Amino acid sequence: MLALLKRIAKTGIVSEPTPEVGDMRREIDRLQDEVLRILGRALTIREVDAGSCNACELEIHALNNPYYNLEGRGIKFVASPRHADMLLVTGPVTKNMENALKIAYECTPDPKLVVAVGDCGCGCGEIGRLFGPNYATVGPVEAVIPVDVKVPGCPPTPIDLMRGILAAVAKNRR
Amino acid sequence: MRFHAEPIEFERQPGSGAPVWRGRAADAEDWLRFAISVHRHEGRLCALWGSDERAHGAGFRVHAVFALAEGWQYLTLDLPADNPVYPDLSGIFAAANRMQRATFDLVGIRHDGEDQRPWLRHGGWPADWFPLRHDAGDPPPWENQPTDYDFVRVGGEGAHEIPVGPIHAGIIEPGHFRFTVVGERVLRLEQRLGYQHKGIECRLAGADFAVGAKLVGRVSGDSTCAFAWAYADAIEAACAVTPPPRALAIRALLLERERIANHLGDLGALGNDAALAFGLSQFFRLKEDWVRLNAEVFGHRFLMDTIVPGGVAVDVDAAKIAALVAQCDEIGRAVKELQRIYDAHSGLQDRFLTTGPIDTALAQELSLSGMAARATGMLLDARCHRHGYEPPPPWNKLAVRPATAETGDVAARAAVRFAEIYESLRLIRLLGADLPDGETRCTVSPVPGAAGVGIVEGWRGEVIVGVQLGPDGRIARCHPHDPSWQAWPALEHAVLRDIVPDFPLINKSFNLSYSGQDI
Ligand code: SF4
Repeated sequence: MLALLKRIAKTGIVSEPTPEVGDMRREIDRLQDEVLRILGRALTIREVDAGSCNACELEIHALNNPYYNLEGRGIKFVASPRHADMLLVTGPVTKNMENALKIAYECTPDPKLVVAVGDCGCGCGEIGRLFGPNYATVGPVEAVIPVDVKVPGCPPTPIDLMRGILAAVAKNRR
Repeated sequence: MRFHAEPIEFERQPGSGAPVWRGRAADAEDWLRFAISVHRHEGRLCALWGSDERAHGAGFRVHAVFALAEGWQYLTLDLPADNPVYPDLSGIFAAANRMQRATFDLVGIRHDGEDQRPWLRHGGWPADWFPLRHDAGDPPPWENQPTDYDFVRVGGEGAHEIPVGPIHAGIIEPGHFRFTVVGERVLRLEQRLGYQHKGIECRLAGADFAVGAKLVGRVSGDSTCAFAWAYADAIEAACAVTPPPRALAIRALLLERERIANHLGDLGALGNDAALAFGLSQFFRLKEDWVRLNAEVFGHRFLMDTIVPGGVAVDVDAAKIAALVAQCDEIGRAVKELQRIYDAHSGLQDRFLTTGPIDTALAQELSLSGMAARATGMLLDARCHRHGYEPPPPWNKLAVRPATAETGDVAARAAVRFAEIYESLRLIRLLGADLPDGETRCTVSPVPGAAGVGIVEGWRGEVIVGVQLGPDGRIARCHPHDPSWQAWPALEHAVLRDIVPDFPLINKSFNLSYSGQDI
């Protein structure tokens, strides 16, 4: 126990405004206020992997590491689409997941936001092209459900993901 | 060369990769006999796939990769065009079951066994249309209707089923688990996978080497280096090319960095699943530091597109090597400290010990490889010397020490992961201290019609890629094989008699790839 406490003390608080993101921290704080104003509470996200290679998920996981600390900023991943304000969807959407994705979308209460993640999910760039529709995939997320914001990248970095999530909330407000 | 007096004549393939011998079975009986002989000599079935050869006036072909003590055997069997049926191997190697079913879904060649349920086809395309046939053409118009799946029913008083998925509660890939439980004890788990199937093998048909590298590097994103390296090995074997020593050393650096990144993430998640959130934040912080240096030195947080046929697409200078080595010292110290905390934490150990066990006999029976197999005491690691086995360069000069444990439970898989982090840190230091000079890449000229197999010890286990080139020198058929194929059935066994709430922890201790097996 003592070792554990020592380690915590030694680590300190590492959540950061990273140098490369400049005033990201302030941007996040501001948008977090907006999230609260618009939704009246924290933002909840249901992540749906509809066919990714799993690297997009690695970056979504990273959002909860102490550097990005998304949960600490009032943005939470939830287990059920019924508890979610937003779907964060990776693709390419496979035929075998098309139905489940539609159901998840229908179960998400209105007003709902959808953020498509990754070149596969957005259908952009060389990777989006390589993973375009074929016998096994339907194509990008927007081929199956309406999409509010796209976050390209293979995979997009956690900073890109944060910006995309916040952009969806801000866009919805207008 | 012949193995164990079997009639099939094998020939060692060229290239710089792991030792692979290729041979052809003359008929179905040869095929079966060889499989039985491999099983008798404690070998494993590593991969199985099919191909359509009718475009070159032949029939169909079934391909298998077996492993014996001295290395791997790549065996093919030609099948007639009009009745492509081959002997079922699942009675000899349980691992054959799902691979054979997937082979039918994609190529339409059938094994003669009982279990003919589809595996990858869930109703997204017609049952009599096969995407990997050369004359398949565009998929016919078809309404995508999820089909029912014939789960094995378990009867008995008080037994009931819990269906889970395909969308799981966490941030995780999709798959379906059907638990049969009595009270909270698991009587049976049956998986239904294939939800991530995106037709990668179909996309690979006709691709050039560079596009192939991008696709195979995205079969399972957490193992991109292992897949890209196995793919490069397969192409280089087919084209009889050996990449420069500097390229091989840098590939090893990349592969070991990938291993450490995944072990860091999973050790954190294992702590979290046993209610020690401290572990998650600590390990995830280390992992973030680790992948940030990946981005700085190699241009990508998960090292995608760094390994290519002929060598590597990245290089390191003295300053970068110094940064990599300095980070090894720092991460090594932090992980040691965290391991002491994990080892001393009674709540955590209580959850880890005796949970989700598999023993050596089962691991052998299921042809398991990699970290999970080593956690049962099996001394299997493509990077390590064994009696009668010589690892390929650059491992042959590094004297890699395999990490093993005995109990095969969550605790053992965690212990192996800790040990592998230290060993990989040592390897990175060694590689950095003595990086060969010279080129990082050589030209690979396609050899039309040639074939090759690449095998790399990824962080989960053996990653295998088989490649066949067409008459135009482009990829005619490429099969990437993730070790999760063999490990998913092991997970079905590991949860038996444990309680349902332990499932997430057991699952995480393996952390298998859905995308890798669904391809
Ligand atoms: S965008 Fe890239 S990282 Fe994301 S699922 Fe597609 S291939 Fe994988």
